[in-house]
Amino acid sequence: MKLHPMISALRKHKAGVVLIALQIALTLAIVCNAIFIIGQRIDRVNRPTGLDEGNLFLVTQQWVGAPSADTPDGVAKLDAMQKEDLAALRNLPGVASVTPTNSIPLLNSSWNGAVSTKPNTNFTDKGSNVRTTYYFTDENALSTFGLRLVAGRNFTTTDVQNHGFRDQFTDPVVIVTQALADKLFPQGGAVGKAIYVDGSGSPTTIVGVVARLQVPGSGTWTNNFAWNSTMVPVRLDANFSRYAVRTRPGQLDATMRAAAPTLYKVNPLRVLDDDSVTSFGDIRAKAYRADVGMAILMGVICLVLLSVTAAGIVGLTSFWVGQRHRQIGVRRALGARKVDILHYFQVENLLIAGSGAVIGIAMAVCLNLALMRYYEMDRLPVVYTLIGVVAVLVLGQCAVFVPARRASNVPPVTATRAA
Amino acid sequence: MFAYYLDLALRSLKRSPGLTMLMVLAIGFGVAASMTSWSVFRAVSGDPIPWKSSQLFVPQIDNWGPNGRNANGDPPNAMDYTDATALMRDHRAKLQSAMYQISPSVVPAEATKHPINVSGHAVYGEFFPMLDVPFLYGSGWSANDDTNRAQVVVISSKLNQKLFGGANSVGKSVNIESRDYRVVGVLDNWNPQPRFYDVVNSGGFDSGTEDVFLPFQTAIQANIPNDGNTNCNATPKESGFVGLQHSECIWIAYMAELDDAAAVTTYRDYLQGYAHEQQQAGRFGWAPNNRLRNLPAWLDNQQVVPSDTKVSLLVALGLLLVCLVNTVGLLLAKFLRRSAEIGVRRALGAPRKAIYLQFLTEAGMVGVAGGVLGLLLTCAGVASVGWVMPKDIATLARLDVSLLVLTLLVAVAATMLAGLYPTYRASRVQPAWQLKSN
Repeated sequence: MKLHPMISALRKHKAGVVLIALQIALTLAIVCNAIFIIGQRIDRVNRPTGLDEGNLFLVTQQWVGAPSADTPDGVAKLDAMQKEDLAALRNLPGVASVTPTNSIPLLNSSWNGAVSTKPNTNFTDKGSNVRTTYYFTDENALSTFGLRLVAGRNFTTTDVQNHGFRDQFTDPVVIVTQALADKLFPQGGAVGKAIYVDGSGSPTTIVGVVARLQVPGSGTWTNNFAWNSTMVPVRLDANFSRYAVRTRPGQLDATMRAAAPTLYKVNPLRVLDDDSVTSFGDIRAKAYRADVGMAILMGVICLVLLSVTAAGIVGLTSFWVGQRHRQIGVRRALGARKVDILHYFQVENLLIAGSGAVIGIAMAVCLNLALMRYYEMDRLPVVYTLIGVVAVLVLGQCAVFVPARRASNVPPVTATRAA
Repeated sequence: MFAYYLDLALRSLKRSPGLTMLMVLAIGFGVAASMTSWSVFRAVSGDPIPWKSSQLFVPQIDNWGPNGRNANGDPPNAMDYTDATALMRDHRAKLQSAMYQISPSVVPAEATKHPINVSGHAVYGEFFPMLDVPFLYGSGWSANDDTNRAQVVVISSKLNQKLFGGANSVGKSVNIESRDYRVVGVLDNWNPQPRFYDVVNSGGFDSGTEDVFLPFQTAIQANIPNDGNTNCNATPKESGFVGLQHSECIWIAYMAELDDAAAVTTYRDYLQGYAHEQQQAGRFGWAPNNRLRNLPAWLDNQQVVPSDTKVSLLVALGLLLVCLVNTVGLLLAKFLRRSAEIGVRRALGAPRKAIYLQFLTEAGMVGVAGGVLGLLLTCAGVASVGWVMPKDIATLARLDVSLLVLTLLVAVAATMLAGLYPTYRASRVQPAWQLKSN
């Protein structure tokens, strides 16, 4: 098939051609970026936290009229209260393991700092320090969270201390994640090495390394330290406390229901409200709600966009088929086969959609640059542009098929009739 | 004549129901998507206190030095205790308040009820008149109460309902963190979004309510800890809440009312002088680097409007644009298909203006139909925003008359705009040519 007559024919209705091409270009530009956003959000939501997420729940509670955590006496009392709670939860029938903790991945409540291999640094200096999140917990954290120890050892009961929430202290031992260990000691062998926490002058020894543990912050601000967690064997004592509980398989709901009454039985003077006992599934859903929502929104917009564009192509091509009814008849009478007419419209659409796609690629890149400039987006990878191009070309072909087939069914005898 | 054009348009649209439906659907979806995103954007980018926002200022003092500044050289976005109390002591603005977020427990009087947890702020008495906080009963507290660390509290109408069944509770006492506070005021419904007086801790939007307001110094004395963010550039030297107060850690929000340009300049000079004094005293090892932004500039600086909301609006407007281009194409096809009819009308003496009127009427009719569909879809869209947006934001998106009117207007205006070029082409149809070819 020669393209020359087709291009001349297209010149006859420039406006329609330009409109379809423009529509395809805009669709491509938006769809590429929207799919890219969807892909990014899905990647984000699917990041493993490092926890064994099933059968895990978190209790957050606050004591009323609790002793002050700023005095040694108060700290001792608060610690005794915390231990009572832990024991009560541990004795619940469905419970496998319990640990006190200041936070849990995706909870968006975190204690962040920085660690260094050198003593007495300024910890806001990014050159000598690595940003990290602290989990203050005990020897049961590994089993409760379901973390995998890849080097060294777990905490022992003798490692575990307790401190007031706002006490200043340097703990002698910590467990870090593999990601943090690699940043601090690129040569490996982090176990047994000393690090300095928050610019401290006294050393802390890494006793173990876990494969993976995400930080509690789920926003983009944690992107550059999402896996840099440090576990500190300290029960923090304050007027509130958090307990992570792992239940035996299938006992999650029953144990969660039993948690609040059990704790009230230990001490009724406390606050436990609707979201005090939360399953990890709910914590995860809440943390990623905005990301999932954005992905759905972009998906819906893509779908509407593609449908509108497809409908537009069907509409305009149908009009052209109607307009060229007679010419098609003439071609058929002169010996063109049905399939020739079909191909004519298909190739014509490919030409228009192709030129639209070329403009669309440029527009997609511009839109991406604008989004990067103003809305903290990443650079659009080439593969998304290619997916977009293929999508609009396939869409064009699908949309054009129905009117093109109608055109191919125009009988040759039409040529002999007056318009 | 207009009725005739309406009739013509209706006939024409009925003749090709498929094409008409396509156009109406495209307009409807395009308008609904943009209007739904707009309703969310409007909700989060609105001015929470429009009558006063340009008089409310947030001072920032650089107590961390070069290492603590962000990429734009801005100082920390909150204050430490030393600076906040010094500014309160100097009292250079018309009204001002330092504040910090608290989350104490409240014990209901009935022994059978479990204690509850409430959130709120520890503020100075000037907080209430400065922000025009509405009271249902009573009022805020006086400057004397601030100085004397009076055991008083202002509670929300929601907490008043829960504790006192909604009755006037002024003078009654509330047990907060095991101490009794006398109620001096009950707020009317007041839950501004964004929570502009403390965006650093609320993150801007918060679906919860603020239930208690205690005098700042009373809360400090009662050791009610801050529940919001604490950021430190160095580990505090002392332990405990007192250690935090003596440290350079930032955890206090600050707001001041400055009524005119002269007051702003004076206050700016005062801040400069204060930072300079601190430099001379050896506390700051750097030149003053303060900021004093008014509320709209501050909300913008803290990026209170989530970028997802802006991107959604942008993408939805893109969708509307595509829908319009689509409508231009379809209208063009529809109008030019009737070239013969136009030829006849023109040959019979109809001026170009008549053709314009006829076809713009038709476009307008498509616009109205698209607008009505758009209205329905916008209602559905706003109702289902909760599915895709964070709860704190979704609850703010509202359907109101202005949104509905805007939806209809945008649909009709956009379609008329889209109809301009096809109408122009229709008016250019040569009557002689059309008559001849037939």
